[in-house]
Amino acid sequence: MLALAIALYSLGYARGYFGRKNVGVLGALFNLLALATTLVVAAESFWLFLIGWELMALTAYCLVSFEHEHAETRRAGVLYFIMSHLDAVCIILGFFLLFQTSGDASFAGLHDVGARMSPARRDTAFVLFLVGFGIKAGIVPLHTWLPAAHPVAPSNVSAFMSGVLIKTGIYGFTRVVLDFLGTPPLWWGVTVLTVGTASAVLGVLYALMEHDLKRLLAYHSIENIGIILMGLGAALLFLHAGHPLLAALGLVAALYHTLNHAVFKGLLFLGAGAVLHATGTRNMEEMGGLAKRMPHTAVCFLVGAVAISALPPLNGFVSEWLTYQALLRGFSTTESLVRLLFPLSGALLALTGALAAACFVKAFGITFLAQPRSEHAARAHEAAPAMRLGMALLAAACAVLGLFPALLLQWLDPVTQQLVGVSLSGQLTAAGGLVLASPGAQGGTVSPLGLTLAGVCLLPIPLGLWLGFARGTKVRRGPTWDCGLSGLTPRMEYTATGFSKPLRMVFKALFQPRREVQREYDFSPYFAKTLRFESHVEEVFEERMYRPARLLIVRVARRVRRLQAGSIHAYLLYIFITLVLLLWWTA
Amino acid sequence: MVPLVAARAPLGMFGGALALVGVLALGRFFLALAGLDPGSAFGGMGSSREMTLSALAEPTMVLAIFTVALSAGSTDLGRMVRAGQDAGWAALDPAHALAFAALFIVLLAETGRLPVDNPATHLELTMIHEAMILEYSGRHLAFMEWGAAIKQLVLMALLANLFFPLGLAAETTPLALGRGLLWLGAKLLLLAGAVVLVEFTNAKLRLFRVPDLLSAAFVLATLGLVSTFLFR
Repeated sequence: MLALAIALYSLGYARGYFGRKNVGVLGALFNLLALATTLVVAAESFWLFLIGWELMALTAYCLVSFEHEHAETRRAGVLYFIMSHLDAVCIILGFFLLFQTSGDASFAGLHDVGARMSPARRDTAFVLFLVGFGIKAGIVPLHTWLPAAHPVAPSNVSAFMSGVLIKTGIYGFTRVVLDFLGTPPLWWGVTVLTVGTASAVLGVLYALMEHDLKRLLAYHSIENIGIILMGLGAALLFLHAGHPLLAALGLVAALYHTLNHAVFKGLLFLGAGAVLHATGTRNMEEMGGLAKRMPHTAVCFLVGAVAISALPPLNGFVSEWLTYQALLRGFSTTESLVRLLFPLSGALLALTGALAAACFVKAFGITFLAQPRSEHAARAHEAAPAMRLGMALLAAACAVLGLFPALLLQWLDPVTQQLVGVSLSGQLTAAGGLVLASPGAQGGTVSPLGLTLAGVCLLPIPLGLWLGFARGTKVRRGPTWDCGLSGLTPRMEYTATGFSKPLRMVFKALFQPRREVQREYDFSPYFAKTLRFESHVEEVFEERMYRPARLLIVRVARRVRRLQAGSIHAYLLYIFITLVLLLWWTA
Repeated sequence: MVPLVAARAPLGMFGGALALVGVLALGRFFLALAGLDPGSAFGGMGSSREMTLSALAEPTMVLAIFTVALSAGSTDLGRMVRAGQDAGWAALDPAHALAFAALFIVLLAETGRLPVDNPATHLELTMIHEAMILEYSGRHLAFMEWGAAIKQLVLMALLANLFFPLGLAAETTPLALGRGLLWLGAKLLLLAGAVVLVEFTNAKLRLFRVPDLLSAAFVLATLGLVSTFLFR
């Protein structure tokens, strides 16, 4: 497991070094963060794990607040700080529950300790870990720090945070639940599967509403964490039903998606960083036409976009295919009503995939295609060679992970062997490792490589027709039809907000968009002199959950403030009372 | 990948129903990008609507495919078809009927037929597919239309063969394949007749009514799934 996890994460590290400038403090902090993350996944005992975890939280906080001259950055940094300490509290409490039973803090000593615990205690520990690691991983509704912190951090840091840092939450959760807590009861799997599905769908829906390129990517991290949790939840349900083989399938799907997400999301964040560098803005409405100005970045971003939309033949498709297979097999293995949950979450996974495709059509189309929408975009330039190399490397990794999944799935064998006692890669592959098969006699097969080759083989037909018709014809290029007006301007292009309008309307029960239109006119409303339009979408969780909590904390803090009135007599009294209480306690 | 004439698809090994959904989505992804590229408002509008509607149609499609795949025990299309052949008349259970109805609505939406999209108009209020390809001409347009036609053929053949696997060639002799081809033509004609009937009797829906139609399809697919749960 450890060797594997490090291999998995070091792939993520490579990306960071190729990223942008590694100047002074940034470089040092970044390396420290990398070290802390390694420490977390390499730790063999709980104490070391905690040290790494805290070091990771602190360095990440420093990196998020790197551009601390902006108020937005400082707010995001503080929010991240609070959330990461909340999760540390939950995890420490959870580990103490385990520790009380095992009396041994090493991971080997904690193995299967859940079997010796009382059910109530085990469930409490599970909930604590779910919340604790869930905050780090960014599951809905504990995700608020994620879309705040990712966009304000330097782009290579956001790539690392999204690719690797939040995965430590997944790593911790997998390790604790599958390794330590023993055979899971039914409701654990149901909870994880439901939470995962909700995260996936809500993450992508909120991503669609964003026109800040990096916030959009941050919401997609939430979506992908949801997909990973769907695989894990399926694995937990299979373990409950006593099917280790299928549990291994769910686990492999989740872990492979973890790796894939690290690769393509790192790529996308680096692409977004290059765009930010070139245009000086994160707002998509001010971009456009960048494909002509930065072709290399555009191609790399496109590869990442296809991969994250789970389209064949790239890696996102492979891991989602595995997740689908796990969900499909779930129907025939469990007995109660729970089994309806599997195909329904499969359908919601399809919804997620299709919405992600819509979102990346928007992200790529508005950012890179058509005409520039602002001065900055028109003056954009291609990224530096080092940045291009980093992106090209990750784009190549997307292709390799997609086309040759069998090679990499072998590395996951030790993990499944340790956690569920089955190694799967032999059954997952067929025809010499070029075709991916669902385990069992007749599950179904897929081969991205085969699909690509078939596409290449069939290419001569359209190409021949293309050239055949080209003979003797002249290509006439005309401007885009402007409806008889005097030329098209970039203001007439479709905007990112306009692009997501239909979906905003369809899901308006969730988004509750607020819009405000003001017009001034002389004689008829159709000939407006000035028009002001505002539209606003706020997160439900922000409004319903976090704002009341914040108000409550502020109110309690006001009460508590009276204790600290500045009077030394009162403080002496507190000390005396505490002393008496402590003496009474020990006596 | 889709079994057209014979019960075994030549590329069945490379991917089943889920890969088919993926490949169709790949085409749509790039078509929508092509719609955004000319920088005209029509293209963007078309891409936006297309991606919205397909996002709503896709869960239904996957759920319906899941329903059929559950009884066949595989997502391999060839296997799903053969399972239908083996079951004979028993394949016409409520689950299959409901899944067929759901997929039929998805077919209408995905191929831009009348209650959802009108392929014969260039009015900005209504067009979806046409809006995306408005700025293209000559060979580009020809290839886009060809792609749309192939997509329609594939989806219709999928519907025809998955739910009515009559006459599919079991072995690869010329005679059997020829008979399979005739059957395929007959089934496609019937299905096209059904589509035409729908187009005749329905007016185009307002854009924001289409999600209602698609959610009806989703409910049908869910009911199909629940009925496999109840009847087996």
